[in-house]
Parts: sequence; structure tokens; C-alpha cells
Amino acid sequence: MTTTKAFKLVSGIALTAALGMSPALAGPGPDEDQLVINEDIEIVTEAAAPAHMEYVDTIYSGWRFREDDTQVMQMDDFDNPAMIYVDKAIDAWNTVEGAEEKSCASCHGDPESLRGLRAELPKWNADKGEVYTAEMYVNDCRTERMGAEAWGWNGQDMRNMTALISSVSRGLPVNVAIDGPAQETWEKGKEIYYTRFGQLELSCANCHEDNYGNMIRADHLSQGQINGFPTYRLKDANIVSMHNRFRGCIRDTRAETFSVGSPEFVALELYVASRGNGLSVEGPSVRN
Amino acid sequence: MKRTLTAFSVLLVGASAASAADVIAPADVPYGEYGEVAVSLSGQPGDMEKGKVLMNRGAGNCIACHQVTALEDLPFHGDIGPSLDGVADRWEEADLRGLVANAKNYFPDTMMPGFYKYTGFIRVGDAYTGKAGIDPAEPLLTAQDIEDVVAFLMTLKDG
Ligand code: HEC
Ligand code: HEC
Ligand code: HEC
Repeated sequence: MTTTKAFKLVSGIALTAALGMSPALAGPGPDEDQLVINEDIEIVTEAAAPAHMEYVDTIYSGWRFREDDTQVMQMDDFDNPAMIYVDKAIDAWNTVEGAEEKSCASCHGDPESLRGLRAELPKWNADKGEVYTAEMYVNDCRTERMGAEAWGWNGQDMRNMTALISSVSRGLPVNVAIDGPAQETWEKGKEIYYTRFGQLELSCANCHEDNYGNMIRADHLSQGQINGFPTYRLKDANIVSMHNRFRGCIRDTRAETFSVGSPEFVALELYVASRGNGLSVEGPSVRN
Repeated sequence: MKRTLTAFSVLLVGASAASAADVIAPADVPYGEYGEVAVSLSGQPGDMEKGKVLMNRGAGNCIACHQVTALEDLPFHGDIGPSLDGVADRWEEADLRGLVANAKNYFPDTMMPGFYKYTGFIRVGDAYTGKAGIDPAEPLLTAQDIEDVVAFLMTLKDG
């Protein structure tokens, strides 16, 4: 027994040395491509990891792990299938709704007035005394300021609106605050990130920190960043929300997931967003 | 689906099928000092052809994480774990059985799931539904599945 084990370690080292790669990054890794949208908006897809990250030196957008034909769709808004949802959101933005007979535009003017917001979300909402996501802000305006019905967190209208909110911040650096009143929520999100859930006992970190760049079956693992959300997924032929992505990844570990919009997923969103501090806001992006 | 398939294959082997009494329940596995398991979990020998199928499909899906040259006709081998080529030269049968049953005995932090592990999970789900499951859970592979996979692994020799 002990001999076979020693043998195993030796052969493992020999193999790694022979192939000349580090065991941590045996797969194809991120590519070297650069992302400029509409020949205008330069997107930072690689940056030094924020100081709070202990185990990663460089952060990468998920775009860098996708095939060329998927990547190219995001380089021009005419080719980006997510942009039709942004257009729908612009219509909704200008539509009067609810008892107060107001539209978003009545108070906010152009959608561009929200430029910069996406880069800071989720953030502490002092009035409400909790960390707020885009969905929570939008629904507060609908219910409290317009007298309209709340949209479902994962509903099409809400996903469209978050795509619009993201699109007007494209190119700005993600800069989520993790200290002050948000810190407690951030810590909670961090704990979830490192917890090995389900019958497969896998954490976000197992796949997206320890193995980004590697292949798991046919999937090229990225760092699981959320700077590109909502993302248009080719397999769904629609845009998907962050929480829906989280839910899918946890479900795949044969675990009981948390719900979309739950406090756990808000905390996870804050933590994962903060792992992207320094990348550009990129959503709505295109992924497979 | 999985369960009906297994039941069906037990019928096919007919007389040689393991009687339930010979099967070692997940809670009773006699793990050795390092995590090795010296006896067949089903009381029966493994079938390497069936093991080969499990390497690719169902709850096995070993090539999601491992490259195996003998299975190179199958697409998409992952590279999360080491290549399993020559694994029978590196490990004895009892070790391979123990590794598949619960690799965490050998490598405490490993990403490799415990295929005969049945309890001690956090928020265990009902398969891939995302809904709550029950603990203790049905192990990912049956005792006979593990024997079949081990029989296949034993064919992976470099020499
Ligand atoms: C009656 C006026 C009014 C309407 C109508 C309205 N909002 Fe607001 N909205 C506000 C005010 C006031 C704030 C708080 C601004 C602040 O605190 O700086 C706000 C805040 C927000 C924020 C957070 C901005 C930030 O910087 O923190 C978002 C996002 C937002 N609204 C989106 C929408 C959307 C989308 C609609 C339409 C569905 C909408 N609002 C309709 C008045 C309105
Ligand atoms: C078993 C491995 C695995 C685990 C565990 C896992 N994921 Fe994923 N995740 C994937 C795969 C595969 C993809 C699709 C390819 C990619 O972008 O990595 C993905 C994609 C994502 C994406 C989309 C990235 C993009 O740029 O579009 C996010 C965000 C994400 N995961 C977050 C998480 C979070 C948060 C957790 C923990 C709750 C988690 N994942 C756990 C495998 C995993
Ligand atoms: C989620 C990924 C994953 C899956 C699925 C997986 N393994 Fe592993 N396996 C690993 C990792 C990682 C290691 C390396 C041990 C460590 O963590 O240091 C490993 C190690 C092994 C070893 C020891 C290899 C050696 O050369 O020393 C064997 C044998 C093995 N796995 C067999 C299997 C079999 C058989 C299956 C399917 C029933 C399987 N694995 C499924 C990740 C996986």
C-alpha cells in the first residue's frame, strides 16, 4: 500500500514535469483575445486580483474562456442577441404604468442617468438597512414610486431592465464596496462561496478558483465572474440572471439550491461581484 | 431510470446475481487504514464492460474529470483530476475500490465525489432537481457499479 502510494506521487510529478505545466493550470487557460465593443468601448477582461482574494493573482472575465465564434458576437451590438432585450427595456423605461401614472423616464430622464450604478452593485441601501441589488431598486421604484406591480426577480421584464442598466455602464470598472455596513453580508457570501454543497460536495471555489482554465467534461471553466450579467446564453436563447446561474451551478452539485432573490444569493452576489473588482462591466454579454 | 437499468442488468446475469445479503451497505464498508477496501462490495466480481459504460455515463461520469486513453473514442475528457492511464500499475485493487467508494479517505480535500458515500453532506439535493433530498442519501453508484468500475480500472496498465 505505502509503496503504491509513493509510486503514485512520483509518477505524478514526473508527468507534470514532462509536460512542462503547472498542476494548478493544466488546461487551456484563458485565451489572449482583447474585447472592444462597437470598436469603441474597451473592456478590461484581465486585471490584478483585488487585495481581498487570497488564492488568485489575476482575474479574468468569462469572455476570455469562450470560443472565438461566441466571443465575436459580443464585439458588436448588432451581433449581440442580448441587445434586443435592451431595446425592449428602453420601451418599458418610457412606458407609463401604475397608479401614479409615471414611467421610469418621468423621474430618471434617460437610461444613461444610471451610468455607473451597475459597477457598484450590489450596494448598501442606507434607507432600507440592507444590501440592495438592481432588481430590488427597480421593484422599489415600481411599487413605492409608480404604484405598479413588482416584477418577478427572474421575470423577462426584470431581466431586460437589468440588461439595460448594465449596458449603460459598459467599460466602467467594477468597484463594489465590501467594508462598512456591507461587510457582514459580504462575509456571508464568502462563506457560501467556499462551502462544498450537495452530494458531489463541490464549492464554487472548487470549480471557479482551483480549476478555472481546465475542462470539466465539455465545459471550459472560467472564474465564474458576474461582470457580464445578465448573459445571453446560446443554449437558452435568452438572457439569464445572476441568481439563475448560481442556482444552476448549485443544482449541478446534487444540492438543494437557494432561491432566486434569497438573502443567501444576494450575499453571494455581493461576494462574487467583489471578486471582479477591476474588470469592466460587460453585460449584457454572450456565453454558451 | 438508473435504478431500473440496474435491476434489469441484475436480471440478465440471472443465477450469478448477487443476493442482497452479500452486498455491503454503505454504512458497513470495512475501510482499511488508508481507505482501501479489500473485499468486493457486492460479493461478486466486477464486469469491466459495464464499468466502461459507467466511466462515461450516469452517476459515474469519471471522464468529466479524468482523461483515459482507452476511452478516447468518447468525446470530452476533462482534466480536473490526473489521467487514469496506468492507474492499475500505481494502485492495488483494494485501493482502487477504496478510491472510488470514497476518495476523501486518501485525499481529504479532493474534488472527487465519494461514490459510495451516503451521509454527511451539506444541503443534499434530490438528484439534479435542486430540491431538498434526504440524508442518508442513496449512494451515487451501487455496490455492483463500483465493482464494475474497479474491474475496468484494473485493465488500465501501462506495461
Ligand atoms: C416617481 C419617480 C420615480 C420613478 C417613476 C422611478 N424612479 Fe427609480 N428612483 C427614484 C428615486 C427618487 C430614487 C432614489 C435616488 C437616490 O437615492 O439617489 C430612485 C432610484 C432608482 C434606482 C437606484 C439608483 C441608485 O443610484 O441607487 C434604480 C436602479 C431605479 N430607480 C430604477 C428605476 C426604474 C427601472 C424605474 C421604472 C421601472 C424607476 N426607477 C422609476 C425615482 C423614481
Ligand atoms: C462542478 C463545477 C461547478 C461548480 C461547483 C460551480 N460552477 Fe459555476 N459554472 C460551471 C461551468 C461548467 C460553467 C460554464 C463555464 C464557465 O463559465 O465556467 C459555470 C459558469 C458560471 C458562471 C457564469 C460565468 C460567465 O462568465 O458567464 C457563474 C457566474 C458561475 N458559474 C458562478 C458559480 C457560483 C457562484 C458557484 C457556487 C455557488 C458555482 N458557479 C459553482 C461549473 C461550476
Ligand atoms: C469532480 C471531478 C472528479 C470526478 C467526477 C472523478 N474524479 Fe477521480 N479524481 C479526481 C481528482 C481531482 C483526483 C486526484 C486526487 C486529488 O485530489 O489529489 C482523482 C483521483 C482519482 C484516482 C487516483 C488516480 C491516480 O492516478 O492516483 C482514481 C483511480 C480515480 N480518481 C478514479 C475515478 C473514477 C473511477 C471516477 C468515476 C467513478 C472518478 N475518479 C470521478 C477528480 C474526479
